[in-house]
Amino acid sequence: MKPFHYERASTVEEACSMSTESEESCFLAGGTTLIDLLKLNVMRPAKVVDVRNVDMDTVDLLEDGGILIGANVRNSDLAWHQKVRRDYQALSEALLSGASPQLRNMATVAGNVMQRARCPYFRDNYSPCNKRSPGSGCAALGGYARSHAVLGTSEHCIATHPSDMCVALAAFEAKVRVEGLAGTRDIPFSDFHLLPGDRPDREHAIDPGELITGVVLPPNVEGASSVYLKSRDRASYEFALASAAVSFALVEGRIAAARIALGGVATKPWRAFEAENCLEGNEPSSELYEEAAALAMEGAITQPDNAYKVPLARGLIVRALAIARERVEAQV
Amino acid sequence: MKLINRDEGALARSPSSEEVAQTSIELRVNGRRQVVAVEPREVLLDTLRERFACTGVKKGCDHGQCGACTILLDGRRVNACLMLSVMAEGCDLRTIEGIASENGELHAMQQAFLDHDAFQCGYCTCGQIVSAVGMLNEPWSADPQSLAESMSGNLCRCGAYRNILAAVSDVKRAGNRREASRDEDL
Repeated sequence: MKPFHYERASTVEEACSMSTESEESCFLAGGTTLIDLLKLNVMRPAKVVDVRNVDMDTVDLLEDGGILIGANVRNSDLAWHQKVRRDYQALSEALLSGASPQLRNMATVAGNVMQRARCPYFRDNYSPCNKRSPGSGCAALGGYARSHAVLGTSEHCIATHPSDMCVALAAFEAKVRVEGLAGTRDIPFSDFHLLPGDRPDREHAIDPGELITGVVLPPNVEGASSVYLKSRDRASYEFALASAAVSFALVEGRIAAARIALGGVATKPWRAFEAENCLEGNEPSSELYEEAAALAMEGAITQPDNAYKVPLARGLIVRALAIARERVEAQV
Repeated sequence: MKLINRDEGALARSPSSEEVAQTSIELRVNGRRQVVAVEPREVLLDTLRERFACTGVKKGCDHGQCGACTILLDGRRVNACLMLSVMAEGCDLRTIEGIASENGELHAMQQAFLDHDAFQCGYCTCGQIVSAVGMLNEPWSADPQSLAESMSGNLCRCGAYRNILAAVSDVKRAGNRREASRDEDL
């Protein structure tokens, strides 16, 4: 690990000005991504700004019925939070399916949103990787790509976005609240993570010196139920090969407010808008689920090692929709 | 395929070790107050092992993937390998060395591991026991599937999982029974 300067901030303003003083700085909260990548020398900041003393560690109920999740709220606290378990079940399930109990006790909501790729070529600090070393190439293309993405890829990067939590946040149409010296703004979740395109090193729509201070969740749709399903190489403590967060309500027997988001298969937390449109206003049936699942995976670009992800994700979507329907009907 | 030298690329120059200010931290380790000056990059796992002789905190994978370094930080189980020591400022830390009572009486979890022969080589055992003690403070149910999931952050390469889960389950269920009888008394 390379040496770095370390400073503790106690307010948002302090954190933002500390981070803008140095060209290569990064924020430290739970540390589970950062310290891992510091040890690998994949991240080499000149300065680390510790924001754990900044007051943003509560889950607040909003007037509209939604919630504001403080950036420093631990993954485990959010997963077990009573309102999250009741109104945003897929979020609780996604959190509990991620990492281990120890890591969830450390990892924060903002840190999870900023989580970095698990691509082995990114992490080895040696292979060509446009994300780590822009312009060097992509060793995953033509390499061992079993865990890599099939949606949202480019010819410069096929690294999978690893988060479970973000998939559920995408489905619930969360907004990421960022604050900087210029003010506060809420970024819609679909716009927050960037597609790799020809700049895989740029991962977020956040400007230098801006700090995530929270995540805003809109109120749960009346009568809606949600579920998070995850497929992986072992039953626990493993990243997704494919995952799906789905949510919908039934109005007079027809699907309303359908949401489908995918993990493990895309370069960012992936909303399947066309699949949602296909469900909307129709009576639920397994044929309809199959149709939606096929639409969700349309346009997938596969490598020899990861072509299995297309049928795997389709199957997960169909199962998740069936479970969501059971949950909707159990509510009544 | 062109391999990239690890020091190429548009990265900021890291400061030298001499340029970086040492930070003095105060913390409690197994009930004892400690003050120590550390470089920001020093990792808590190393501080515990090298400076406080808590060698029961094991360095397995060193990347948060095995759980051998599990400690309790203000009562919550965490991986010491993924924390900088400066992050422990003002915290109360407990390692396997501080799990038994002062008079030497074993914690119920330690006794259960003995009773169930819940280890083979023993390397992961300290982390397993501390993790299981931390688990008791979390809202897991006592059914086997939930308990297995609750202990998924600790790997055992010998594969002693059956006996580990039997030990953990015993303590968890005894705790539940105690809570139930206390509720009846109220």
